[in-house]
Amino acid sequence: MPVWQALRQELHTQGFELVTVGLDTLGADGCRNFIEAAQPQHPSLIDQHHVMADLFGVVNIPSSIWIDEQGNIVRPAEAAPAPPKDASEDSGPNIDLPAVMPPRLVEMMGEAVKIPNSSVDYHAALRDWVAQGSESEYAMDEAKVVQRSRPRNEDTALGHAHFELATQLEMDGNHVLAIKHFRLAHELVPDSWTFRRQAWSLEKLGDGPISRFWQGPNPENPEDWPYEGDWLADIKREGAENYNEGFKG
Amino acid sequence: MLLKSLSVSKTDFELGTGWSIKPEGACKGDICIPLPESSIDADSGMLNVNEVASAMNLPLAHEPQAKLWAMGPDSIGGRALSSAKAPELQLPDIDGNEFKLSSLKGKKVLVYAWAPY
Repeated sequence: MPVWQALRQELHTQGFELVTVGLDTLGADGCRNFIEAAQPQHPSLIDQHHVMADLFGVVNIPSSIWIDEQGNIVRPAEAAPAPPKDASEDSGPNIDLPAVMPPRLVEMMGEAVKIPNSSVDYHAALRDWVAQGSESEYAMDEAKVVQRSRPRNEDTALGHAHFELATQLEMDGNHVLAIKHFRLAHELVPDSWTFRRQAWSLEKLGDGPISRFWQGPNPENPEDWPYEGDWLADIKREGAENYNEGFKG
Repeated sequence: MLLKSLSVSKTDFELGTGWSIKPEGACKGDICIPLPESSIDADSGMLNVNEVASAMNLPLAHEPQAKLWAMGPDSIGGRALSSAKAPELQLPDIDGNEFKLSSLKGKKVLVYAWAPY
């Protein structure tokens, strides 16, 4: 987040504002360390039920939506890489990695570096839009905004409803029932990485800094893992090159 | 939106779904979906969730053990967005202060979704 804050400070005088939204069922407790460390000057919000998915079609993080001065979306949800020189921060918040890396984490990082990164193109486009507004070739018209937003049908819409039930059940301390509805959401909305990553992150491995990044079975009792997939298995199956669509002008 | 019963006030429905209840039906932007007369209780003004959801093709998920329902988003047009008009986004910060995206009208805004996992 610090690199985004620097960008925000730079562009703020040009009528630009950044709004960061932490998607986490654990709410402020889950996001607090990162937000307090960053001390943001911009609005920094918490989204426990992932309304960002319902309202904008967010399916992965980090992603962004661009909105103009009149309140019109000019780019729908898409992958939002960190600025080029700090692309290492792209895959999410920095964490303290253990001195000796477990094989799973090494393998996860090996997949992560294969994820498309359009940082240079994305940030050139962002600066162009901030400078030129609707004249920018990167500001889409309404038809393109709608067409580029995620597909949604009755099944995926129902999956969103199950996800909202799951998050509420989790917040109410009903973890077993939450898993049941997270699983239904995963089945009905197979293209959402956030719905999966959220659920996997709640199956913590220990209490250390990597507990929520493990995103998969505990090697000591893998049979207890309650989900069909996990981050490593899914990215291998789907292909890291398909993890996001990259920046398309 | 989350529901503890299958009867909801107009205000809660409007806040929860972004659709407004008008004489011509449930409306958002240029779209209005007619609602059957029986879906609104004439005395209390409460909406019958099953009937409204059915008329609007909104999905309902249910967890009987917790007596909890969730009504999902519409899928009009087959896309997450049915127009370019940004929907209202109202969320709290870590101190619980509510923020509305619409308060930033007049600025260019980049909404950035991230997660601590």
